[in-house]
Amino acid sequence: MSETLLDRRDAPAPSRPPRPEPPIGLLAELTHRCPLRCTYCSNPIELETRSAELDTETWKRVFTQAAELGVIHVHLSGGEPTARKDIVELTRHAAEVGLYTNLITSGVGVSEDQLDALVEAGCDHIQLSMQGADPEITVAVAGMKGAFERKQAFAEQVVRRGVPLTLNSVIHRQNIHQVPVMIEKAVEFGAKRIEIAHTQYYGWALKNRAQLMPAKADVDRTIEEVKEARERLKGTLVIDAVFPDYYARYPKLCNGGWGTRTLSVTPSGKVLPCHAAETLKHLDFWTVRDHGLADIWYESPAFEAYRGTGWMKEPCRSCERREVDFGGCRCQALALTGDPNATDPACIKSPHHERIGDLARTEASLSTDPGAVTYRNFGAA
Amino acid sequence: MSGTIDGTSVPKLPRGVRFREDKTRGGYILVGPERIFNIDGVAVEILKRVDGETSLDGIVADLSKVFAASDDVIRPDVEAFFLDLRDKQMLTL
Repeated sequence: MSETLLDRRDAPAPSRPPRPEPPIGLLAELTHRCPLRCTYCSNPIELETRSAELDTETWKRVFTQAAELGVIHVHLSGGEPTARKDIVELTRHAAEVGLYTNLITSGVGVSEDQLDALVEAGCDHIQLSMQGADPEITVAVAGMKGAFERKQAFAEQVVRRGVPLTLNSVIHRQNIHQVPVMIEKAVEFGAKRIEIAHTQYYGWALKNRAQLMPAKADVDRTIEEVKEARERLKGTLVIDAVFPDYYARYPKLCNGGWGTRTLSVTPSGKVLPCHAAETLKHLDFWTVRDHGLADIWYESPAFEAYRGTGWMKEPCRSCERREVDFGGCRCQALALTGDPNATDPACIKSPHHERIGDLARTEASLSTDPGAVTYRNFGAA
Repeated sequence: MSGTIDGTSVPKLPRGVRFREDKTRGGYILVGPERIFNIDGVAVEILKRVDGETSLDGIVADLSKVFAASDDVIRPDVEAFFLDLRDKQMLTL
């Protein structure tokens, strides 16, 4: 009976119900400020400044509304969420209203006292970003000296306090050879789970794509490495993997379906179906300063824009997979074809598919030039 | 960590796993990092008895009273459920 008792609720929804289901997850981007300068950062090119950030009371109101709306997980993220002075207070409030709190952190600037306070406030789970499996690669990707050592110490502090730890490793050409070592580090650090997430090319990462895109053969190898490790480490480490879609045959479902499973709130309070959606300039994203979260989820035109299949053109409209992947990612369609309503070119039915594959293969074959990657600069934020 | 389960094993929800009612959608859910499982029917009754103190024997005995079935009928399902949850890092034994 065990399998039937464990139907995953966060599996993709099969089709669009008449009224949208309530969301299960909220990504709270508390700030865009961050001590790291990662080459693969998926945040927008234009970051929001500290002075534009929502205040403590507004975030608390958002969390209360999220719990009422049916959100189960809140992901406290950014930027670096612990850069906010009120992070403990926000965590406590989220836990008090019944949300499962997941702190997504770089781990490089969190003191032991701050960690104690977060744990006491009810932090359920911590997700630590890992840019490399050793100091050299970490500094090359994150642009910060000593980051690896600090992350290692932080992981140890989290595990010692009994808080479940996930490592999140974003994979690209700079670190793709380290996937097996990264998995071993997760075991060594005492993490319960690791995400091997190939870079999604949005925001800053899109700018660095030519230096980040891995070769297809390397991607295929990591798929095998993950499969082998998953079997070997069953019961010790959960391994979740996201593979890059430039080499795929079919596109990924946008965040579990546009306006279907999750929503993101930017540091200044704009509410998005996914955290890259601001590139869709033709949509008007309502903010939590002006509207309640339920109102935004159920009533705002931006959330309605790409729900279901009504917006589709051919070849999506008559495709047998139209309710499987819902045409893929709207941001990627816009970025790569210029048309947000087009089929995501990750799909073999897109007229752009071959060109995208060629582009990836060409970029992956470029020699890696440390001088050619552009690190983020938060001086202005 | 894979291994056996016996009657004296004490199932426990580890820190970071919560079993709760879902008032918005109805029913019960088991929530962990990036994971939400719907818990229905008999599984709800099983998890309601996971308190970090009661052993597998204790849970099976109580369930067989409630469902008026013999231990032998109930035990394999309960064991399989616990082992599956343990593999998913949602339970310790």
